[in-house]
Amino acid sequence: MTFSTIGTVAKRGATGFERKRTDLAGGLFKAVILSALVVSLLVLAVLLIDTVVDAWSQLSTRAWDFLNGSLRSRSIDDKLGVKQGLYGSFWIGVFVASTAFPIGVGAAIYLEEYAAKSRLAALIELVIRNLAGVPSVVYGLLGLFLFVERSTIFGFVGLGWLADATGGRSVLSAGLTLAVLVLPIVIITAQEAVRSVPSGLKEGAYGLGATKSEMVWTQILPYAAPGILTGTLLAMSRAIGEAAPLILVGAITGGLTRNPELWDASGLREKFTALPIIIVEWVSERGRDPGFAEAAAAAIVVLLALVLLLNMTAILLRNRFERKRG
Amino acid sequence: MAAIDDLTEGRGSEPLGEMAAESPAMPEVVFDVEELSVYYGEFQAIQDASLKVHENEITAFIGPSGCGKTTLLRCFNRMNDLIETARVTGSLRYHGVDLYDSKVDAVEVRRRIGMVFQKPNPFPKSIRANVAYGPRVAGLAKKGPVMDDIVENSLRKAALWDEVKDRLDDNALGLSGGQQQRLCIARAIATDPDVLLMDEPCSALDPIATTRIEELMHGLKDDYSIVVVTHNMQQAARVSDRTAFFSVDVNPDSDNRTGILVEYDSTQQIFSNPSDERTENYVTGRFG
Ligand SMILES: Nc1ncnc2c1ncn2[C@@H]1O[C@H](COP(=O)(O)OP(=O)(O)O)[C@@H](O)[C@H]1O
Ligand SMILES: [Mg+2]
Repeated sequence: MTFSTIGTVAKRGATGFERKRTDLAGGLFKAVILSALVVSLLVLAVLLIDTVVDAWSQLSTRAWDFLNGSLRSRSIDDKLGVKQGLYGSFWIGVFVASTAFPIGVGAAIYLEEYAAKSRLAALIELVIRNLAGVPSVVYGLLGLFLFVERSTIFGFVGLGWLADATGGRSVLSAGLTLAVLVLPIVIITAQEAVRSVPSGLKEGAYGLGATKSEMVWTQILPYAAPGILTGTLLAMSRAIGEAAPLILVGAITGGLTRNPELWDASGLREKFTALPIIIVEWVSERGRDPGFAEAAAAAIVVLLALVLLLNMTAILLRNRFERKRG
Repeated sequence: MAAIDDLTEGRGSEPLGEMAAESPAMPEVVFDVEELSVYYGEFQAIQDASLKVHENEITAFIGPSGCGKTTLLRCFNRMNDLIETARVTGSLRYHGVDLYDSKVDAVEVRRRIGMVFQKPNPFPKSIRANVAYGPRVAGLAKKGPVMDDIVENSLRKAALWDEVKDRLDDNALGLSGGQQQRLCIARAIATDPDVLLMDEPCSALDPIATTRIEELMHGLKDDYSIVVVTHNMQQAARVSDRTAFFSVDVNPDSDNRTGILVEYDSTQQIFSNPSDERTENYVTGRFG
């Protein structure tokens, strides 16, 4: 800038820096976004309040009994509750975490750090991204085929042993099915986290004579841990909320005789149910027995609390790791 | 790996090369580069570079940006292996051993030949853990007094000990930029390398921190052979014994910009009496 232009600017106003144009488009955009945010939060709040109000008759008087009770045919039954659903959802979460997490993180690290950037790798990447968008019912079908029925592939590769191992229509099958369902999401979020590791850290490690696996363990995993964990926990809460695949894999609400304790692993290969299934069942029962509307609301509150707990754990873990990362 | 071990013992046998006549105490050759070319895919980043790096000397690479200084430097510890498209032709001998021989393990090379990067890149760990990283992956030491000694000695050599001895367990990211870079030097020294490669180690630092690193390099020269890339000619003139000037050759037909080694000589020659006009133009600031 030359002196003469500075002079002109200075002459125009007291400082020359007063606002001369308003950013209309920007302001409008901000207003639209804000109102969208307010509307969606309001709707959410109304729904939430409505559910809690409906659930109140159950939760205020017999919350503990409700958490420990089982499926009943009448809503005023003293023993009515969601323990069987909690059992199913809890173990589904456990199986999802213990299978989708290691496989997903392993796959992400392989794709990002080991696999050559080939056409095949690009294809695999594309497939994973598309799998993340496949409707959950389809995964239910896959689970039915793989884990529940004694299937054979092309007439000669027998999968009977898988169905024998899972016990067919069981929590184990459901957990594995949902693990497959969330696997693409876990891989994608983990890949994202692995990619965010600064190249300086990787080069630093390599430059000091680290092997690739040492580099992965000492740099990538610690740095990517918050992202990976958050992704996995969010995927878990997605799995816990799914109902459609569970119906296909054989979650039931009638004829469940047992009501095992949460940590009682003997029920894993038995007939099962889960919280979303119970909710669906009770909502459909409310015409016959209006008391089930309240029971369903209470079950929703329990499921929401569970998911909220998972998400809060995700946030806490992330903050912890990020603080460590400095 | 075995090949490199052999060469470490047989150091004295290396012939001194054509420049031996220049000075009676010509130090031994550490790197012997002959007709080295590096390609990134189809693109040739540097063409037919030949030079010798001598023991306990500081060798500077200067030249305009994009002329392949970093590329060449990263051949010396096979960091280029990490770039999938990079390909190296020609010969690069380290104490007589061909570094690009199929039997040579790049990981082992990097334990022997340390590197300091352009941007300080301490790990987001404690100062102690940063210095201990190399020795630990190399299996030199785990914890306890042996490691404590390595950490202290490395930090002392990097002229950082007095500043950090009371906070070894603090996060290294809390250090200033200059301290971080000295920590990276300490970290590189800790594996007891033979050579230090430095890629514009001061380009992200203020003048005072730069001076400290330069003083440090002077001291380190007794124990290590140093190759330093710099875009700062005064720095090359101040610290180095030998200087290689690189330039870019633009192919008029394809518009490809290939790096070439224009001139390599003692720093004094390069700055006072260069034999190539392009070198003279560059060191006198007349570079277009
Ligand atoms: N990873 C890479 N892939 C492709 N081209 C590269 C890569 N790294 C560097 N180059 C190119 O190689 C040439 C030399 O780069 P570099 O060695 O970084 O130069 P200098 O360090 O002298 O500035 C430049 O044209 C640069 O664009
Ligand atoms: Mg460079």
